[in-house]
Amino acid sequence: MKLVTAIIKPFKLDDVRDALLGVGVHGMTVTEVKGYGRQKGHTEIYRGAEYAVNFLPKIRIEIAVTEQDADRVVEAIGAAAKTGQIGDGKIFVTPIEQAVRIRTGETDSDAL
Amino acid sequence: MRGASLTRAAAVGAAFVLIAAAPAAAQQPAAKIDAADTAWMIVATALVLMMSIPGLALFYAGMVRKKNVLATMAQTFAVTALGSVLWMVIGYSLTFAGDGPVLGTLRRVALYGMGMDSVSTLAPTIPEALFMLYQMMFAVITVALVAGSVADRMRFSAFLWFSALWFLVVYVPIAHWVWGGAFLGKAGVLDFAGGTVVHLNAGVAGLVGALVLGARRGYGTDNFAPHDLSLAVIGTGLLWVGWFGFNGGSAFAAGSRAVFAILSTHLAASAGAVTWMALEWWTRGKPSVLGMISGAVAGLGTITPASGFVLPWHALIIGIAAGLVCFWSCTWLKLRFGYDDSLDVFGVHGMGGATGTLLAGVFAARAIGNVSGLTEGHAMQVLVQLYGIAVTLAWSGIGTFVLLKAVSAFVPLRVDRQAEVEGLDVTQHGEALQ
Repeated sequence: MKLVTAIIKPFKLDDVRDALLGVGVHGMTVTEVKGYGRQKGHTEIYRGAEYAVNFLPKIRIEIAVTEQDADRVVEAIGAAAKTGQIGDGKIFVTPIEQAVRIRTGETDSDAL
Repeated sequence: MRGASLTRAAAVGAAFVLIAAAPAAAQQPAAKIDAADTAWMIVATALVLMMSIPGLALFYAGMVRKKNVLATMAQTFAVTALGSVLWMVIGYSLTFAGDGPVLGTLRRVALYGMGMDSVSTLAPTIPEALFMLYQMMFAVITVALVAGSVADRMRFSAFLWFSALWFLVVYVPIAHWVWGGAFLGKAGVLDFAGGTVVHLNAGVAGLVGALVLGARRGYGTDNFAPHDLSLAVIGTGLLWVGWFGFNGGSAFAAGSRAVFAILSTHLAASAGAVTWMALEWWTRGKPSVLGMISGAVAGLGTITPASGFVLPWHALIIGIAAGLVCFWSCTWLKLRFGYDDSLDVFGVHGMGGATGTLLAGVFAARAIGNVSGLTEGHAMQVLVQLYGIAVTLAWSGIGTFVLLKAVSAFVPLRVDRQAEVEGLDVTQHGEALQ
């Protein structure tokens, strides 16, 4: 099992969700997060006072998938979230040791 | 069917009007009290209260950081309540009962002797109780305005002590001098609705407050971006509407002068907003929402002393002047001298109030307020206005400094370092936005 974590631009969330439905992913966890990479931040000016805003709003999506689905999911997210501009985000894939569906007690790939 | 029920409703409505009107006609209300004036002044009074809560509370709270939103609202809310009590108990009497050289008298302490038929010579066609109530709203909003400069760091208890003292020692005398028949009024200082008494007064107190308290921790390095400007936009809208009562009500009558004051008020606010927006667009590349609302409030504060004295096209010029002067004060003057006037009470209200008071002397038109200014050949009026500005500046500046020092002798003015970092909401009031 793999955990796919994607950090994307907030306005791309719907596109990414549609793309994931297209490859058969029916569940995900979404969090509003803040951060920056190469995009850095931007400055805001309030009545002449300038502030550097380093942390930009982003969306973090987490999806647990089986080993063989991981590549397709990564591909789908990458295609849907891409604008070609700096700040599109990143996708990380990490191994999952164990999974449990709380309602039934099913484990591992049955729980996904 | 529908027509018939409408007719019946109209008949019932007419009957109610007749029933309601009959006893009033029979009782013969006190001869001098005018129903139209009274009705307008009741509305104007409510409008000015709306300027403080929620208008000013939202305007200010939208501009602070999330951890200080409730504390900022609490300041406005608490002084509205506290100031109202003080005004009823002693403030009104010292300001408007008698025309002594420095203060009024104690004749109306706790509204003693104010009956249903009482009228004030300053507003002879409405009940004195309504005049008192209207002036109460002016007194409380002036104190509430000061809070903006010390936002984010002043201890709530110290703020209340200071507000109560400032109300009695600074606001009451100045209001008496200008409006209560004392020396500034007698000298001919034109201040229709509070350029000196309210805006310059609060602005100078704000500047002194910011200097005595010192800058917020992290000023110039940390991010002090407003947490929710949409609240400030709503607050500005309420202030703008309320200002129709603030300036229009200062005619104390439902007539053309009130209408011209309201017209001037609206034009100056609009011109101020457009001017600030254009300046920001030009100098910084983007027209910010904070800039637009700041320009509107600057225009409103600046037209205040002139509103019942000038022609509509003068109001446009005054609004543009407000945008220029206040933009410069907030974006250059403040940075140049490095004082941390958190929400620009001095830059917007102080500078705007002074500018408007001066321009009232320039543009005063006999056709509106029965007084001529510089443009009608009465250059002296400008000097008289400067006299009013100088006295207000001196009394407010010195009075505020002395009172802050006095309060700090028994209550620390600022919260401690940790409380400032944690936020005033939770440390001063035990509650916070989630």
